[in-house]
Amino acid sequence: MTPPRSGPRPSTPKIASVAIGALALALWPLVTGSFGVDLVTKTMIYAIVALSLELLVGATGLVCFGQAAFFGLAAYAAVRLSPEGAAASLLWLLPVAMGVGAGYALFMGALSLRTKGVYFIMVTLAFAQMAYYVVHDTPLGGGTDGIYLYVKPVVAIGSMLLLDLDKPLPLYYLVLGCLGATFIFLALLLRSRFGRALAGIHVNEQRMRATGFSTYPYKLAAFTISGAIAGLGGVLFAVKDGFVNPELLSWHFSGAVLIMIILGGLGHLRGAVIGAFAFALLQELFKSEAIFGAFAKHWLLGLGMAIIASVALLPRGLIGIGELLTHRLRRTPRVPV
Amino acid sequence: MNEVLLRATDVTRRFGGLVAVDSVSLELQRGAVHAVIGTNGAGKSTLINILSGELAASGGRVELRGTDITGWPQARRARAGVGRSYQRTTIYPTFTVLENCRLAAQARHQRPWAWWADATACTVSVPAARDAAARAGLAQALDQSAGTLSHGQRRQLEIAMCLATAPEVLLLDEPLAGMGAEETERMLALLAELKAGHAIALVEHDMDAVFRIADRITVMVNGAVLASDTPEAVRRNPAVQAAYLGGHE
Repeated sequence: MTPPRSGPRPSTPKIASVAIGALALALWPLVTGSFGVDLVTKTMIYAIVALSLELLVGATGLVCFGQAAFFGLAAYAAVRLSPEGAAASLLWLLPVAMGVGAGYALFMGALSLRTKGVYFIMVTLAFAQMAYYVVHDTPLGGGTDGIYLYVKPVVAIGSMLLLDLDKPLPLYYLVLGCLGATFIFLALLLRSRFGRALAGIHVNEQRMRATGFSTYPYKLAAFTISGAIAGLGGVLFAVKDGFVNPELLSWHFSGAVLIMIILGGLGHLRGAVIGAFAFALLQELFKSEAIFGAFAKHWLLGLGMAIIASVALLPRGLIGIGELLTHRLRRTPRVPV
Repeated sequence: MNEVLLRATDVTRRFGGLVAVDSVSLELQRGAVHAVIGTNGAGKSTLINILSGELAASGGRVELRGTDITGWPQARRARAGVGRSYQRTTIYPTFTVLENCRLAAQARHQRPWAWWADATACTVSVPAARDAAARAGLAQALDQSAGTLSHGQRRQLEIAMCLATAPEVLLLDEPLAGMGAEETERMLALLAELKAGHAIALVEHDMDAVFRIADRITVMVNGAVLASDTPEAVRRNPAVQAAYLGGHE
């Protein structure tokens, strides 16, 4: 895992790359059809969840294997709290459902942060599986069939409708706005005193305690914020699909998000976003019967091999490609990972 | 007599059946260096760990400026003015020297809720960090990555990070370990300078250095105190000579 570095001030090329990416996403609906808009909307939601996990894994050094629980519970909360036959206002539904994700993260973190290393990973997985079985095996979650959101929420002030989320484009731009806000919030957070303390905890928690930091509240706060952000992704996912099922809380999804941030490059917010897009594109690529024919049925095999190759060849993730090429061209040694 | 900042009374630490620290008492006074010496396994580092709060004492009492801090966790003790360095260097190697010190200084001015404010523009922790680094002789290396420092500079940075937390008590665990002659001299000069405003506990194996700088020496054997006196008295103590010094004159 790449430890955090000092110098939280972003460089001009970094800011430029983020601005270009944001512009490209803003213009994407103008050059694509409904499939492209739907795919990128889903991928941006994944990117939000990947950013939430990056706060824990890349910034704080907490390898959480339960991110799906925050995502899924918030998605279920959004559906359960929406009135049947009427549109809920996203202005209250979003913070309340995010609060459900944050609340479960607070509960999970309060207990799991007492453990370390592989035990921490296993305890977070166990808590996520607990949530999975609650929605899977009880009427609360509608069982394996899941539950439908018949009327999608709206963004309205009084009787004035601002965004109709039943339409793909308003939803696309809402998700893009949420991704941008999450990215900016985390970028500011990581360069603040709180973020620098998390970086110190990642590198040497013992030293942080000896210096005077009570590290547990910091980690718990990071956990709760991460849960809220994953919950934001969950709400958007429920609104997008109009349907939730227990698979949203499964360990497969926690694993997929972990793979996204590793693929993109740990320790970088941009890496989390790039990783989410790379993961979604690889998934679509290997599922394509036009390209892979009958082998497309075994898309998981192709995806897995591509990820293994990527991690083996790019230990810093996709974000490290630029640095790798620069050093190859200049024939200078790279700083070891 | 100087002001007693830290007082340990009958401090004991057991690990199962092993008594690592056995009823040790000592006082750390402002303006004095109190060295703790002994063979490997004598319990010196365990004693430092108890005083700093990293390990809980099985018995006894630790007071800071007369307040009982025996039950306080390490972070609270650090904020109250107990700084420590480690036998193994525990800097943040991927951060710059300035950021290492700034993060340490931030411990006294945490404000974690100010998520919008850039930490590197903090008007409290940045000047404190620069000052601590300068006092430790690292003013020229502020922007250097800590991982690229020499061993001696890393030990200086360890001290600088301690100083950045504005401690009154310094618990230094083998600050001279692995240093060359020149680096040792530089560190001793730094400790002599720091002595004026701090109470210093110094665990060290370099006997020449200890006898040069210490005002008082406690000798530990098998977790217990064999002798605690001035350097001259300790040097002449036959029990100490037999058990540890081996005729160091």
